[in-house]
Amino acid sequence: MADARDKEEVKVAEFHKRIKEAFEVFDHESNNTVDVREIGTIVRSLGCCPSEGELHDLLAEVEEEEPTGYIRYEKFLPVMTKVLLEGRYRPIPDDVLLQAFETLDSAKRGFLTKEELIKYMTEEGEPFSQEEMEEMLSAAVDPESNLIHYKDYITTMVIDEN
Amino acid sequence: MGCGNSALNSKKSEKALKAALVIQNWYRGYRARLRARLQYALAIFESVEYADEQSQMQLSDFFSFMLENYTQIRKDDPDLSNQLLENTKDRQEYIGLIEVPDSYDGPRLQFPLSFTDIVLLVEAFKNQKILHAYYVLEVLFQTKKFLKQRPNFTHVKTSSSKGLTICGDLHGKLDDLFLIFYKNGLPSENNPYLFNGDFVDRGRNSMEVLMILFVSFLVYPKDIHLNRGNHEDFMMNMRYGFTKEILNKYKIYGKKILQTLEEVYPWIPIGAIIDNEILVIHGGISESTDLNLLHRIERSKMKSVLLPPMTGYSTEPEKKKTGAIIMSGIITSKDSSSEQLPKHEWEQIVDILWSDPRGTKGCFPNTGRGGGCYFGPDITTTMLNKYHLKKIIRSHECRPEGYEICHDGKVITVFSASNYYEEGSNRGAYIRLGFGMAPEFFQYQVTNSTCLQPLHQRVSVMESSAIRILKERIISRKTDLTHAFQVRDHVKSGKISVTQWAFSMESILGLNLPWRTLSLHLVNVDKDGYVDYMSSFQDMRIEKPVKEAESAIIETLYRYRTDLQMIFNIIDSDRSGLISMEEFRNMWKLFSSHYNVQIRDSQIDELASTMDLNKDGSIDFNEFLKAFYVVHKYEKSNKSNT
Repeated sequence: MADARDKEEVKVAEFHKRIKEAFEVFDHESNNTVDVREIGTIVRSLGCCPSEGELHDLLAEVEEEEPTGYIRYEKFLPVMTKVLLEGRYRPIPDDVLLQAFETLDSAKRGFLTKEELIKYMTEEGEPFSQEEMEEMLSAAVDPESNLIHYKDYITTMVIDEN
Repeated sequence: MGCGNSALNSKKSEKALKAALVIQNWYRGYRARLRARLQYALAIFESVEYADEQSQMQLSDFFSFMLENYTQIRKDDPDLSNQLLENTKDRQEYIGLIEVPDSYDGPRLQFPLSFTDIVLLVEAFKNQKILHAYYVLEVLFQTKKFLKQRPNFTHVKTSSSKGLTICGDLHGKLDDLFLIFYKNGLPSENNPYLFNGDFVDRGRNSMEVLMILFVSFLVYPKDIHLNRGNHEDFMMNMRYGFTKEILNKYKIYGKKILQTLEEVYPWIPIGAIIDNEILVIHGGISESTDLNLLHRIERSKMKSVLLPPMTGYSTEPEKKKTGAIIMSGIITSKDSSSEQLPKHEWEQIVDILWSDPRGTKGCFPNTGRGGGCYFGPDITTTMLNKYHLKKIIRSHECRPEGYEICHDGKVITVFSASNYYEEGSNRGAYIRLGFGMAPEFFQYQVTNSTCLQPLHQRVSVMESSAIRILKERIISRKTDLTHAFQVRDHVKSGKISVTQWAFSMESILGLNLPWRTLSLHLVNVDKDGYVDYMSSFQDMRIEKPVKEAESAIIETLYRYRTDLQMIFNIIDSDRSGLISMEEFRNMWKLFSSHYNVQIRDSQIDELASTMDLNKDGSIDFNEFLKAFYVVHKYEKSNKSNT
């Protein structure tokens, strides 16, 4: 029993270090706070993939009673540690991602048009902001055909991350 | 639409919704990780840059040490006294001697200068012309003459017809200056500008930027204002590239230009106050900043941040004289003490030029840079209240968006060199102040391509550049790092935990970085989280010019090569590029005792003899230092950037 507890302590210590590093990089004023708008980036940089809704709930846990626009490290650490320990917000496996694109490509052409992607991303689910949409298009669209060959796109992105 | 299809349709749309959610979720995660990687790359660039500045300040201690202990070296040199006499800064001496050949196709300025000359310069520089040394010197002399008439702090008033544009660090980036002029107009009496320091160093066109700024000042002395930055310092220029640029572009005239520049810098005003409300200075403030004192200080005595006033100065006349002779290119009179500022005044200026604002309250020594301090929001508030001011505008730090507001709106940082660290690293910005209006910010970014690259490509470029720089640091400390790793590897397995590895890296390299996250780029980590520590040095080695020398010496020489270059440049007062064997040995002895570097005299002798290629007793130190570079195994180009 003690052994299992030791293992968990070691795990927690590891998580604390990782969380601290991820947080510090966005702590521009070096005063143990980050802008609330960076929390999503920090959580995701630690390997988690919450939806916007889940992120919103997480924010509620780490914000001050009277929101200041800043999140303090002392509040963020325990909440984030729990997230990592519980293995919450697991990332999407590549094959599931491919299937999602294939679902949208009902005619099974192997690509989506720019207009189709824009329509789905900005009207369905948790819609993209204009900035997010533009950024995705800049890398995903083949400039000659104006189409998104999603299989190639996914492969490129995955390679880039690894 | 038939009723029978609606169930199918709703199932289809539910699937589409789910698919959209998956893609959005994935993309947001991917995008966030890209932005985090960008942030890590910036953290690396910044921390390496400040660590360099810190070692620069260490060099200043070394110079003081050198002055106090260095004897006899130049005593036997008969030519030296001639050189001292030759060191006159009299304009008549050589302006008349320099001729501009008919074949010169660069810009020809007409004195007294007018707006036409500004336009002429901008056009010429756009066409990559170099301004002839004759004109450079004339501009420098005139600039010094007119700057002398300015007070320490320029008092500027805006009016309804006349605003003010404030630019931050330019660092020799001509394209950024052109972009500002394109967006905001050329300087004129209706379009006043304030340039807040750091015009030179790092970029390739420091001279061109400086000339445009100085000429603009000469044409419109009431409307173009200049503040001194920490790089308007001839010793900083030796390390950060401007000196090299001048010697390359101007060759035989380079020395004269450098000497004259040395005299111009200290006359550049310390700061400016706008509408009695806004203090504009390059770096920041400290808790002891005294604006009244700063208004009175003899600013021209502040030569360099690397030449602090000597305390406990030796009273032996012989030593004093020798000390001055060593620094003959630097200290103009033999009796240095009257040319120095009192220590507390010198520190006041250093604080203004080097400090950085931070979120923590209080005032702390700026350990990142080694000079000035970190000042908190309380320091800002106290200071502003004390002098009935409302805001501080400063520069000195690169910001991703080109500007940043902190301390509850009271401190604004403006930085005007876009892509400062790397293509895509940051935007530049300038501020427009209108009469009775809030400051307006304008951002820009110089790009080579017509449209900005997609985010993942920009991140990729920045990341590999940052990692490369970091790896060069690592290989230059290989011996010390290996030792630190081995101490922790009790069972001699070749592996230590990530935590132990991270701790060793941070303490030896002195860089506060997210090592665990970076570990994936730098070492081999196994699935249990253990690091094969010797893999920190894989794919890299320092190219040795001398096969027999030990790697510890090689690493030390590589690490200190920039400092050594500076020191050699100073000893080499005739700028021949050569120093004698004896000078080399003596310098090395002093250097190694001060920096506590373990190298035996015999090893230095061996090194020196080997480098004396034509066996005539002199060493071409530029060749010597150039010979040390890091070889990156998988890269096509072998030379590292110095």
